[in-house]
Amino acid sequence: MRTPFNHLAAPMHFYRWGARLVPWLGACTVVLLALGWWGGLVLAPPDYQQGDGFRIIYVHVPSAWMSLFVYVVMAGAGAVALIWRVKLAEVLMAASAPLGAWFTFLALATGSIWGKPMWGTYWVWDARLTSELILLFLYLGVIALLAANEDRRRASRAAAVLALVGVVNVPIIHFSVQWWSTLHQGPSVGSFGAPSIHSSMLVPLLVSALAFKCYYLTVLIMRARCEIVERERNSAWVREMLPR
Amino acid sequence: MSDMARFFDMGGYALYVWSAYGLVAVVLAANVAGPWFRQRRLLRRLAERDSAEER
Repeated sequence: MRTPFNHLAAPMHFYRWGARLVPWLGACTVVLLALGWWGGLVLAPPDYQQGDGFRIIYVHVPSAWMSLFVYVVMAGAGAVALIWRVKLAEVLMAASAPLGAWFTFLALATGSIWGKPMWGTYWVWDARLTSELILLFLYLGVIALLAANEDRRRASRAAAVLALVGVVNVPIIHFSVQWWSTLHQGPSVGSFGAPSIHSSMLVPLLVSALAFKCYYLTVLIMRARCEIVERERNSAWVREMLPR
Repeated sequence: MSDMARFFDMGGYALYVWSAYGLVAVVLAANVAGPWFRQRRLLRRLAERDSAEER
């Protein structure tokens, strides 16, 4: 069945409209990040307990949210790739894995930097930190499986299975601060009920988070376009578009 | 302390706040530069391949 979606999902078309989207998404990222960090570093008042140290929240929480968001996107793309053998889904999974791993690394590293002055230690083996570290290993496992097979389509299937099994870790990370007694604090911004932080602190956080989403989309498309050219390097449309 | 100095001092948390923001900025920038250079390198290599085949 041919639908407009099939058309857009063909790697060749994704490659072309992706090129048009990247500058706009990139511009959105820069503007939102500037606004979010300005709000977080300048406009938001110091925290009554943590003083100015709490400002790390504007890089830590968006990174941590993205580490989970990207994982769900990657696993979703993996499921589509396994079930329907959609090439673009394989490409999006492969392009998401390194980005998700970097977001996870940033969540862990900025959390660690934040932990030192507030908790007195860079690291504790509490449920939140440990499950987030396992998330990093899951990403690295997916990346390793993708690199382990010359045949990209076979590699995608193996990686997709690992990504899907690892989804079980996502709710564990999310609820870890409620299920177990952790040194890590509970959520300031939950899915239910009013956030427990004032809007002068909350708005920059949401703007930063939106900036990270735009950033992910921008770099996802950039990475996916590289991946598409590598996979389709022998096809007629790639040969035709090359500079002479 | 001037406003500017107070801003950079971050209430004594300067080391932690600025290293966290700095690390994030470096990683985000590197992840944009990576695919950008990879794409350019890739297209150049493929163009060379094609011109070699034509000869």
